[in-house]
Amino acid sequence: MAHDTSYTDQDFKIVGSRPPRPDGIDKVTGRARYGADVSAPGQLVGRVLRSPHAHAKIRKIDTSRAQKLKGVKAVITSKDLPDLTEGNRGNYDILENCMAREHALYDGHAVAAVAAVDEQTARKALKLIKVDYKVLPHVTDVDAAMQDDAPVVQPHIQHDGKPSNICNVSQFGHGDVEAGFAQADVIVEKTYKTEQTHQGYIEPHACLASVGPDGQGELWVTTQGHFTVRNLCASLLGMDIAKLKVTSSEIGGGFGGKTHIWTEPLALALSRKANLPVKLVMSREDVFKGSGPTCSTSMDIKIGAKKDGTVTAASATLRYHAGPHPGPWGMLGGMTAWACYDFENVQSIAYDVLVNRPKVAAYRAPSAPMAAFGVESTMDLVAEAIGMDPVDFRIKNAAKEGTRASYGPTYGPIGIGPTLEAVKNHPHMRARLGKNQGRGMACGFWFNFGGQTCTDLNIGVDGSVNLTVGTVDVGGARASMSLIAAEELGIPYDQVKCNVGDTASLGHNDTTEGSRGTFSSGMATIFAARNAIEEMKARAAKTWEIDIEDIEWRDGAAHAMGMQHSNLAPLSLAEIAGASPGTGGPIAGHNEVVADGAGVSFASHICDVEVDPETGATRVIRYTVVQDAGKAIHPDYVEGQFQGGAAQGIGWALNEEYVYGEDGCLQNPSFLDYRIPVCSDLPFIDTEILEIPNPNHPYGIRGVGETSIVPPLAAIGNAVSSAVGVRLDHTPMSPPRVLKAIKEKQAGG
Amino acid sequence: MSAVQVSTTVNGDAIDFVCQPTETLLDVLRNRLGLIGSKEGCGTGDCGACSVTVDGQLVCSCLVLGAEAEGRKIGTVEGLADGDKLHPLQKQFIDNAALQCGVCTPGFLVAAKALLDRNPNPTEQEIRYALAGNLCRCTGYDKIVRAVNAAARDVRKQQARKKR
Amino acid sequence: MPRVGLSGQHREAADGAASLDIEASTIRELLAILVQRYPRMQRHLDEGLAVSINGEIYRDNRDMVIPETAEVFLLPRIQGG
Repeated sequence: MAHDTSYTDQDFKIVGSRPPRPDGIDKVTGRARYGADVSAPGQLVGRVLRSPHAHAKIRKIDTSRAQKLKGVKAVITSKDLPDLTEGNRGNYDILENCMAREHALYDGHAVAAVAAVDEQTARKALKLIKVDYKVLPHVTDVDAAMQDDAPVVQPHIQHDGKPSNICNVSQFGHGDVEAGFAQADVIVEKTYKTEQTHQGYIEPHACLASVGPDGQGELWVTTQGHFTVRNLCASLLGMDIAKLKVTSSEIGGGFGGKTHIWTEPLALALSRKANLPVKLVMSREDVFKGSGPTCSTSMDIKIGAKKDGTVTAASATLRYHAGPHPGPWGMLGGMTAWACYDFENVQSIAYDVLVNRPKVAAYRAPSAPMAAFGVESTMDLVAEAIGMDPVDFRIKNAAKEGTRASYGPTYGPIGIGPTLEAVKNHPHMRARLGKNQGRGMACGFWFNFGGQTCTDLNIGVDGSVNLTVGTVDVGGARASMSLIAAEELGIPYDQVKCNVGDTASLGHNDTTEGSRGTFSSGMATIFAARNAIEEMKARAAKTWEIDIEDIEWRDGAAHAMGMQHSNLAPLSLAEIAGASPGTGGPIAGHNEVVADGAGVSFASHICDVEVDPETGATRVIRYTVVQDAGKAIHPDYVEGQFQGGAAQGIGWALNEEYVYGEDGCLQNPSFLDYRIPVCSDLPFIDTEILEIPNPNHPYGIRGVGETSIVPPLAAIGNAVSSAVGVRLDHTPMSPPRVLKAIKEKQAGG
Repeated sequence: MSAVQVSTTVNGDAIDFVCQPTETLLDVLRNRLGLIGSKEGCGTGDCGACSVTVDGQLVCSCLVLGAEAEGRKIGTVEGLADGDKLHPLQKQFIDNAALQCGVCTPGFLVAAKALLDRNPNPTEQEIRYALAGNLCRCTGYDKIVRAVNAAARDVRKQQARKKR
Repeated sequence: MPRVGLSGQHREAADGAASLDIEASTIRELLAILVQRYPRMQRHLDEGLAVSINGEIYRDNRDMVIPETAEVFLLPRIQGG
């Protein structure tokens, strides 16, 4: 049934308040169960053997000695995962990434797995597996991989009629950039690089798989999308979708990294072979080497402007690495690069490039932060060249309702202008800067999306309400969903209990990605509640023996309208529920929806840094996030998304990077050497929530989670550049890089 | 290798367990005693998700052997609440929305309690440095620091009440 | 008749056309006509397509009605974190 999803500008009673989250007690007492926290009787321990080479042909794998080891119950290689993909190249790529077939494509690529009675035996068994590798030439750098003589990662990929690592070229834009540059008074052109980073969720991938010889199975797994996990695993293993029940555990962070499958099919295959449950938990090293970090990039950005601040043309050439399989990452960089602005002539050309690094997965607003680093750094350079304040320069060129976006469509009501005005008026902009300190600001954009969603709402005979959603709660969503259900039903927040349902209890739900959780499950919750209200009105009509048209639902009760019914006292939700066994049985609301029309979101960040000129070390001393959230359902968790995204961006900007050696192997697969920001690295992160309603959601909800990671790289780049007086063009702006830039500037006079 | 028998105290209760000499205290807590509140984020002492106290001293339980618990007093997140009464840190973490995914929360609570036990009136900087061994990827630490600050106030109030 | 804008690889698949006039009242009809006219478009349909109608992006809802004077734009399917 189609529903009207238009924004209605209603007055909210409890949406927008900040009640405690329903899973709070479990999470502060240690009771909450994450991926590795569940065990099954007789379970085995699974471990994965990974390639020590960046690129190699696998000539032979001898597992015989491992299989003979006492306590080993199953050993698998790609032979145990036959290709059932029937020409679906995307699925084949996933299969090949989960377990190497003819070739190991990166350092850490899984080549075999074992299940044994305990951890020690499993480790011992891995050592007994003999893999005969023929080491092949490798390439890990995105620019090197584009050269004609580069080692080819996937020979079936062609570009310009010959095997190449360039797997996609996408072009976006409008107008005539050459003509535009010809009109410019000032043109700035610069090349930037960003290094590869990891989502860095604290909980490693973990699952518990159990498959019987009858082809039925269960999987407990930490994931952002258990329905996606189910569909993919069932398809790769030749199981029926309905016979694989996947339950999402509490999830210890994902940020896009848990939107795919990694060791899950291996655990299922091991369990199937051993006919026993198998628990498979990644080590941190496995996570760095064998999950899905984001891309490294190299970019050429060019902006031309008139002296009055009008940008006449802008172009970007973006090169994003994709890992060993094609992905949409460069394309997303190309689409987002100029999305904040209203430029007449604009263009982006984006290349996706294969390299011998782990498969790239989404990382929070995937691909947008890198492009924004290049674009927003160059915007500052242009502002400086024409002598204009960088905020005013952006305000002059900001996209607005009716602007044709650089990626094609025309914007509805959007928030980039208001976030910039808020930045201009923010007290942060007037805070005094000290010695060696600098200020920067930058803007960011992310699309957000909705997708398939299915929700159940069941009312108990005591009037308490079970809300079952199928979108994984990654950061407090159950609180927001409970608020929405309570708002619609007109009952207290505490009367609603929200659960995340398993794949056997609900229809398909898309993965919690693209900032879709609150937008789409919020929409389905509204309609499921309205569905239940219709049923409750029908029950009241039956009880009162009046027409349902004469009944109105408000303040958690059915009210009979009209003078003729003035003797009828309202029937509360609890009263209707209590009588339900005799009025037609259980009362439930249900909704399935394709939640489209997610509103785009924009943010502007301000950042102050202090750079130590002796060491090149940078400290963030003040940070402010201004973002359009649409309606903020639970403001605490909206602020939390703003702050968390900013902190991840700060880590990306200043410290985090994948370091590869000459041998193509990852040199820093630990939290000691891959340093994410710690508590003492950061200041308080101020937030300002703008609520520009999304016209396509009854409550005006936009996605919130991702945009906050887009501006920080550039905001910090602009601040550091201002502090040291030289432009930084390469993230992370780690002490050695900053020191080098300072020294070069001093040497150059 | 033969298993070792260990007598220890966990959250105030006398406990005997048997473990392999190579087993970490974290593995013992999680796999043998069913105390899953302590998490393994790295296994190398870098993330603090497995933080526990041993005789009041804050440690990463992934860096301590189970056998080393002999005769010691172990404190984990499961021992923070007093019956159905939450510790002020637990309450303030919920009230201040200081957790998103929550997987680092047990480690932060144990580390913050170790801080407040020795210094119930920490400055912002003292809080930040005391928690610098615990990684959180969701929150940017903002609401965690605020929660610890609020809990410190509660703890001081409790102590003042006891003195009276 | 809605005018459908294309960019990047979609433009390539449509023999270089930056925009097309297509008589379609829903997204489903629009995509069917596109593939009929340009068989190379099928690959993009398989890989995932989204359609923007008056600035709103629709990834899945093929029944969405396209108003007569709408601005329509073909986009690649977007992934998120």
